[in-house]
Amino acid sequence: MRCQVCKKAAATVHLTQIVENQVKKVDLCEACAKEKGVNDPTGFSLADLLLGLGAAQKMEEATTATGAEVVCPDCGFTQADFKKSGRLGCSKCYEVFADGLDALLKGMHKGTQHKGKVPPAVRRTADVRAKLTQIETDLKAAIAREDFEQAATLRDELKHAKKAAQEA
Amino acid sequence: MNVLDFLITPAEACKRTGPHDQIVFSSRVRLARNLKGLPFPGHAKKADRLKAFEALMPAVAGLPQMGEAPFAEAMDKLSAMDKQLLVERHLISREHAAKNAGSGFVLNQEETVCVMVNEEDHLRMQALRPGLQLKQAWLAIDAVDSSLQERVEVAYAERYGFLTACPTNLGTGIRVSAMLHLPGLVLAEQINQIIQAVNKLGLAVRGLYGEGTEALGNIFQVSNQMTLGESESDIVERLNKVLLQIIEHEENARLKQVAEKPKVVFNHIGRAYGVLSQSHSISSKETMNLLSLLRLGVDLGMFGPTPKSLVDELFLCSQPAHLQIGHPEKLDAEARDAFRADLLRQRMKAVPGPDHTKVASKPE
Ligand SMILES: [Zn+2]
Ligand SMILES: [Zn+2]
Repeated sequence: MRCQVCKKAAATVHLTQIVENQVKKVDLCEACAKEKGVNDPTGFSLADLLLGLGAAQKMEEATTATGAEVVCPDCGFTQADFKKSGRLGCSKCYEVFADGLDALLKGMHKGTQHKGKVPPAVRRTADVRAKLTQIETDLKAAIAREDFEQAATLRDELKHAKKAAQEA
Repeated sequence: MNVLDFLITPAEACKRTGPHDQIVFSSRVRLARNLKGLPFPGHAKKADRLKAFEALMPAVAGLPQMGEAPFAEAMDKLSAMDKQLLVERHLISREHAAKNAGSGFVLNQEETVCVMVNEEDHLRMQALRPGLQLKQAWLAIDAVDSSLQERVEVAYAERYGFLTACPTNLGTGIRVSAMLHLPGLVLAEQINQIIQAVNKLGLAVRGLYGEGTEALGNIFQVSNQMTLGESESDIVERLNKVLLQIIEHEENARLKQVAEKPKVVFNHIGRAYGVLSQSHSISSKETMNLLSLLRLGVDLGMFGPTPKSLVDELFLCSQPAHLQIGHPEKLDAEARDAFRADLLRQRMKAVPGPDHTKVASKPE
């Protein structure tokens, strides 16, 4: 069996993983395994390796379907760069290469929508937005039942909340 | 500042204890983050790398979670030996050790939190705990991350979560891992089954030292692979469950080996004791494999009151950079093998000879 990276030496390192019922296998020679950091506890993941092999092609196919070569306007990254390094250049790259990335992420992760931690600042903004919506709903309800005293209070509250949101 | 002066001594570091530490050396949780508006380090021009470095080093070092006077230094200010010491302590990656100007490293005094600046991502932050304490490590690094995010704005998108240079880290940017000592499963030849089973759950298992599939010292690292589409606490919880099962399998394998093949087990351990205490030249590879057996013997009660922290200390002190300490001239491999043997003979004097009659012969 030949090494999948250099396609020359005999493969002696074999890695298998099953992600979402898909069997993924990589066969490498000792030298390429070393170069890819298979022995390095902090650097290696199978997905990394796969990324450097088949997945980059998947992404290339998706992005070249439109014809012209895609280049990140912020950092100048191209698909060729991705194929070479298995890394992206900047945050914007995730938007620029989104079409191809999706297929790649699906095979690599549990899902393609983030379900984890939200930055504290983003969460606060979301909280403020939720609060504004709540006051607006209450206000409409107060007006509908002709509780004008309550409506006036809510209007004040809304004004303060909007001002606070702008300052934050 | 000198790395060696800052670091806790190996003896002190190895005395730390935690749940299940007969089998689990340590737990760690790493988060990858990048600054908003700057290209990732691998693709950044020097000026942008420096911008990230200059913004992050004081921000990280000033975090309340980093405590009093943390170690904070640029990688180009560290000697090759300092960097190697940090690698051997598992505080930085090999990749980071190769970095120079524009990359940095911050470590708190307790050595429970360490941060690499401009590794593959602008930030690689880790919390470490002895034994099996994944949740505690996650909570610790989550707090570091939250307070850092009050000081700098990180790259984040609603859809993809925290943006990382490599798509394999996207979303949570989390890598949860534990370092395990599994001599029982290796002796029982069950280790490959376990590795395959764990792989099927989307987790990675690999030998911590050594080439290819060989795991020197029977030390393995288990970690998550997927980072997107699942919350941090779900990932931590899943890994924790799997680790508890591996621990149980390892305990059973040890009991079974002792019950069914006591001669084989005692022979391995007795010979390990002999070589460790009597050799005059010994390679790093042989040392790790023998120390693993010694540690197993300590766990089984064969070495009286010998604490396993002594074995762990020898694991650390017999690594190349640690052996180099106190020698101004650079030691070659041959000299290291001799010094390693000297160190082992000296320290093994404190370990009484193996007594297999002290081993409980039947599983309870
Ligand atoms: Zn190869
Ligand atoms: Zn870009």
